[in-house]
Amino acid sequence: MLYFSKLRIVFITIFSLLFIFIASSNLFKFDDSFFNKKINLGLDLQGGSYLLLEIDNNPVIEQKLQNLTTTFKNFFKDKDIKLNNIRIDNQNIFFDVSEEIKQKVIDIFQDENSDINPYYPRFKSHQLEIEDLGLNLKINFSRQGLINLKTSSQDQAIEIVRRRVDEVGTNEPNILKRGNNRILVELPGLDDPARIKSLLGKTANLTFRFVTLNDEDRFGVEKLDYEDGTPSVNVSKRIIISGENLLDAQPKMDTQNNQTIVSFTLDRVGAKRFGKATSTGIGKQLAIVLDGKIISAPVVRDTIASGAGQISGGFTFQSATDLALLLRSGALPAPLEIIEERTVGPDLGQDSINAGMIALSIGFLLVIVFMFVKYRFFGLITNVTLIINLFILLGVLTLFEATLTLPGIAGIILTVGMAVDANVLIFERIKEELKDESNNILAFDGGYTKSRTAILDANITTLLAAVILFFMGSGPVKGFAVTLGVGIFTTLFSVYFIARLLTSLYVTKNKNNGKLI
Amino acid sequence: MIAFNKYYNHFNLLSSTLIIISLLLLIFNGLNFGIDFKGGTLIELRSNNTKINVSSLRDKFSQMNLGDVSVKKFGSDDDFLIKFENKDNKKNIIEEIKVNLDKSFGNNYDFRRVENVGPKVSAELLKSGIIAISLSLTIMLIYIWVRFEWQFSLGAILALFHDVIVTLGVFSLFSLEINLSIIAAVLTIVGYSMNDTVVIFDRVRENLRKYSDIKIFELTNISINETLSRTIITSATTLLALLAIYFFGGEILKGFSLAMILGVVFGTYSSIYIANTVLVRLRVSQKTVLREDESK
Repeated sequence: MLYFSKLRIVFITIFSLLFIFIASSNLFKFDDSFFNKKINLGLDLQGGSYLLLEIDNNPVIEQKLQNLTTTFKNFFKDKDIKLNNIRIDNQNIFFDVSEEIKQKVIDIFQDENSDINPYYPRFKSHQLEIEDLGLNLKINFSRQGLINLKTSSQDQAIEIVRRRVDEVGTNEPNILKRGNNRILVELPGLDDPARIKSLLGKTANLTFRFVTLNDEDRFGVEKLDYEDGTPSVNVSKRIIISGENLLDAQPKMDTQNNQTIVSFTLDRVGAKRFGKATSTGIGKQLAIVLDGKIISAPVVRDTIASGAGQISGGFTFQSATDLALLLRSGALPAPLEIIEERTVGPDLGQDSINAGMIALSIGFLLVIVFMFVKYRFFGLITNVTLIINLFILLGVLTLFEATLTLPGIAGIILTVGMAVDANVLIFERIKEELKDESNNILAFDGGYTKSRTAILDANITTLLAAVILFFMGSGPVKGFAVTLGVGIFTTLFSVYFIARLLTSLYVTKNKNNGKLI
Repeated sequence: MIAFNKYYNHFNLLSSTLIIISLLLLIFNGLNFGIDFKGGTLIELRSNNTKINVSSLRDKFSQMNLGDVSVKKFGSDDDFLIKFENKDNKKNIIEEIKVNLDKSFGNNYDFRRVENVGPKVSAELLKSGIIAISLSLTIMLIYIWVRFEWQFSLGAILALFHDVIVTLGVFSLFSLEINLSIIAAVLTIVGYSMNDTVVIFDRVRENLRKYSDIKIFELTNISINETLSRTIITSATTLLALLAIYFFGGEILKGFSLAMILGVVFGTYSSIYIANTVLVRLRVSQKTVLREDESK
């Protein structure tokens, strides 16, 4: 165990120096093209905002089912099958068919290559499930159908969230999917997420619809409230143009009456429809509806064929800017709810870094002094090893560009305390060996060999705990698991290569000087 | 040589009592869950005006209709920790509070940290915390079973169970807050205590192979003594590192390091007085380990 070939010594030295160099790149600024990896600081250390958003998919499901009922009606009409009493209740579609053709309908839905119920060839599961309830048939989304629906609304939502966050212009935001109905937004350096929160809290579903005086209309009517509290009015369900037709939206000052407005331009389809509606609807009120509330309902005075228009509604400059931003970035497919928020101010982050560093220095110093007092020369070896170990640990974290959190710093300090364990096990074993073995080389060799299983077992158990923590833990705690886990590997390396090398050099030189430890 | 085995029975009685008291505390006193597991909102506030103190803050917050509000000093005299349920899960609660506080205190304060955990997330975090701890105990049990004989596995797991329960018992007794970092601490305790137990067990097994004529009662004592200086040194260095975190690592790490300190103390104790006594009570002998060797 004590023999090292020259090649090995060279390798160990180069390896250690390499990691010391990598670790030090966090302190000194190297040329980017040369080496530009760095340890990332977690939000708890650099300050910033962590928001976990959950997508409420219920409106999407209801909308999809609504569309499906129309699709079904048309599809079966072509086949001369009449679906009676079709209705939606609690996210299920119900309808009745005559007894003779019931099985035929079920077969159409359960056909592997069904036109109306896709997915089977790809997922070995249909999009929809059909159930015979005797009196009527029930159709709802299958597990796979729901998964696809959620994934697709998550894909759309994350795109819109990204656009909105980018528009606000924060520093390197991190936007990630979580599960199939959540989105994680990390905003480093942002200590007041109020604006982002309010922007993300809005679906921004914009529609232009005529106000009607009747209670009935060919497309249906709904009663909508005004944003500013003016009594509600009946609005047609027929959508003239929607947010999707917008090319651009900008806040502007209306010079005539000194009001802040949002001006918009429409795409070709939108412009055409807007022109037609405004030419036939002169004298009518056109309601501008955002997320189910009327912003304003101006009276149409002229045909607007230019495809440009403006929205007024008692905006402040800030609210007009936000509305324009929301309209530019598009509507979310479903409402988002902020279910978890953690924000740390930059000065608290800096305080945490300072406290962590002080604790690390003091912990390190205490352990070093303790080891030196206890083992003298071998304590010195342990301490040198410990320092190199720390550099290698930081080097590995740098190489993987890991995120360092406050619990992560605690993990490093703990590693310092526990890293000496392996050396202590070895040294104590050597002491025992020396009780009945006068040959230093043999005793040291025996000490290393016989302590190996205990060291291995002890480290594997800690590693297991770290791995579980990594997979089950969240946020900053994950950072702790990372430093603790990586620390075990670097500790084993430094104990078995660096400390053993130093020990071997010393022992071979002083093998005849009596008991060495 | 210290006669640890002389006190096996005494300390077994003590450990059983501690576990029972801890369990009773956990059942009747419960744990003081933080917002991570209970849901709610936490604000760390720093003031630069003496007008802002615990009672004035408590007054202001209780007027805002936020449910149960707790206001505490946090580390220094200027820092306060405010926690409330946020029962209705109001959306813009932080902004509302700011507006309210601005009215009374002007801009003599600032929010250093805001955490808001919804009921769904807190329930999930609690669940994954419990799963993580149970999973780690199970995996340790299996690992020791693979590496040693089942008697050792049982001893180790009882020791772990003791450490986790008694540490949580202390947290219950003093109503210390349980948050995510405490779960991390408990898992690390599991790893550490295991580590300690394994080192002694490794020696017990080695000695069992070496001596056929020494009874397990005596043999565990020899093994404990042989590994004693290592146990003391490693516990000491780990405790030194943890004390450094406790005293200098800032308020946020206080709970975490305290849990770890308790865990290291209990873990060291249980490796000696629980893990080993299980071997004695199960009458582990040379045959136990020889059978293991044959089957390999």
